[in-house]
Amino acid sequence: MISLQVDAVVQELSGLVGDKAKVVYDQKAGFLRVETECKNAADVAKKMKETGFDHCISVTAVDFPVEGRMSVVWHVSSYTNSKLMGMLAALTVNVERARPEVPSLVPVWESAVFHERETHEMFGVGFAGHPDLRQLLLPDEFKGKWPLRKDFKLSKKREDLFNKGGAEP
Amino acid sequence: MSLPKEVPFTYEALSQIELKNGVIELQVGPAHAGSGHMRIVVWVEGDTVVKVDPDIGYVHRGVEKLSEDRIYIKAIPIVERPALVDTVNANLAYVIALEKLLGLEAPPRAQYIRVITAEISRIISHLYGIAIFGIFMGSSTVFMWALADREPFIDIMEELTGARITYSHIIPGGVRWDLPKDFADRLEIALQYLERRMKDYESIWIKNPVVEARTKGVGTLSATRAVELGVVGPNLRASGVGYDVRKDSPYAAYPDFDFEVPTLSEGDSYARLLIRVEEIKQSISIIRQALKKIPQGRVIYEDYYKRMSPLMKKIYDETGRVKFTSLVTSLSPPKGEAISRVEGGRGEVFYYLVSDGGKTPYRFRAVTPSFRNLPYFTHVMPGHKLADVPVIYGSIDYFPPEADR
Repeated sequence: MISLQVDAVVQELSGLVGDKAKVVYDQKAGFLRVETECKNAADVAKKMKETGFDHCISVTAVDFPVEGRMSVVWHVSSYTNSKLMGMLAALTVNVERARPEVPSLVPVWESAVFHERETHEMFGVGFAGHPDLRQLLLPDEFKGKWPLRKDFKLSKKREDLFNKGGAEP
Repeated sequence: MSLPKEVPFTYEALSQIELKNGVIELQVGPAHAGSGHMRIVVWVEGDTVVKVDPDIGYVHRGVEKLSEDRIYIKAIPIVERPALVDTVNANLAYVIALEKLLGLEAPPRAQYIRVITAEISRIISHLYGIAIFGIFMGSSTVFMWALADREPFIDIMEELTGARITYSHIIPGGVRWDLPKDFADRLEIALQYLERRMKDYESIWIKNPVVEARTKGVGTLSATRAVELGVVGPNLRASGVGYDVRKDSPYAAYPDFDFEVPTLSEGDSYARLLIRVEEIKQSISIIRQALKKIPQGRVIYEDYYKRMSPLMKKIYDETGRVKFTSLVTSLSPPKGEAISRVEGGRGEVFYYLVSDGGKTPYRFRAVTPSFRNLPYFTHVMPGHKLADVPVIYGSIDYFPPEADR
């Protein structure tokens, strides 16, 4: 029964987004994968919200230095639509690692505001249109760049971590 | 190269502009009466709050980076540390994600033990929340009572796991110790004690007219706004959205139990307090059902048991203690992604785990409930009196170490 529901959601969403995004249900991982391009992200997000995905659980990036890309992932789910409550969708946008610029989806999902701020300071992803991209978790005196990227190496010395750590852009 | 520019930290500029209009900037924290450190910058006009900026990160541990630097099971103690009073649920969420990657499932008895410990953890977390709420409102009695009433449950967990706070009891494939012989009886005594005590709380605290006057109508968040802001847990349910991961996206052995999801529509600080009290009662009921129905059998994944050395098997059969096999300590799940959602004491715990087939997680994303409850500061506090700031802070059960991770 659950798989029928999943199929219905995949069909509905695919119909809404058309060829702007690829909608697949990842059976093994247990979530709905929505892959799109940077320029279509805002449109696709709006369609997803229309389907019922009303709040954002997490925003993060996954760094692939070898391939020279970075995936920015918005995990969204629903509080109001009983069909989608147990379901989770991951809106994925692949960007060039050298220019990680994506549109901010805060206009669509207000709940993404702190998550996008965190992803900005940890990965250096620019969220165009985000209302407030100040540092959130890192201390002011932290001089290293983008601590969650793969080329930022942990050091045992605190000074190294604060002054030299990480990849200078 | 055109990397995105860092936006400068402009508190000074901001405060100077706003000072001209008779608005005063107040710094609450980083060291304050709450638990854990955080700074709340509050702008007040007279004693009315006009703007709040939560400055978090004082207890940021870098859980995600640390976990990506270690083998899979070594992340278990790391994910537990931030959620200091609700360690079981943090541990459980990580292990569920890891088990999904590995494609294995713990045996039924282990699932029941997970539920029992998770509910004990929820009770501990709610009592802690009530205690902090009490001290924020100036009642040191409730603070002392609620902190002390965690003790029977901590003792029981100590008997089971050997640790008082950070248990690391749940491992991929099962749990590390089977229940001791007199566990059910001892737990029942603790539950009866708590039930008695809940009546005392009701008379001194929950039905106290002073508490009602200070919390009713304070910090109200409507259901629509709660959904838009994506708040979680008891706070969300106090606003009338009956979402609970245990019901809506069940995990472990939760489908086997009959329990209610308490929901109120007021959405104010008092409703949030009542929800926690109701949830303690539901947890007690779940634990009793689980103790009654718990199946017999092993508490570790069959294949792991088979690979144990004869000595390890002997120790397990005699004492119920699972020794780590080399298989568990050198896990390398196949390439893939997994997510896990668990209803922790403060709300939904969400973990996202990416494996590249290596021995360490390639990417580990941890989202904790307190982090998602941050909009209460920015969106709910403005418009209230300054004296209501600690009331709202206490009522949302915000825990800085958990939010900062």
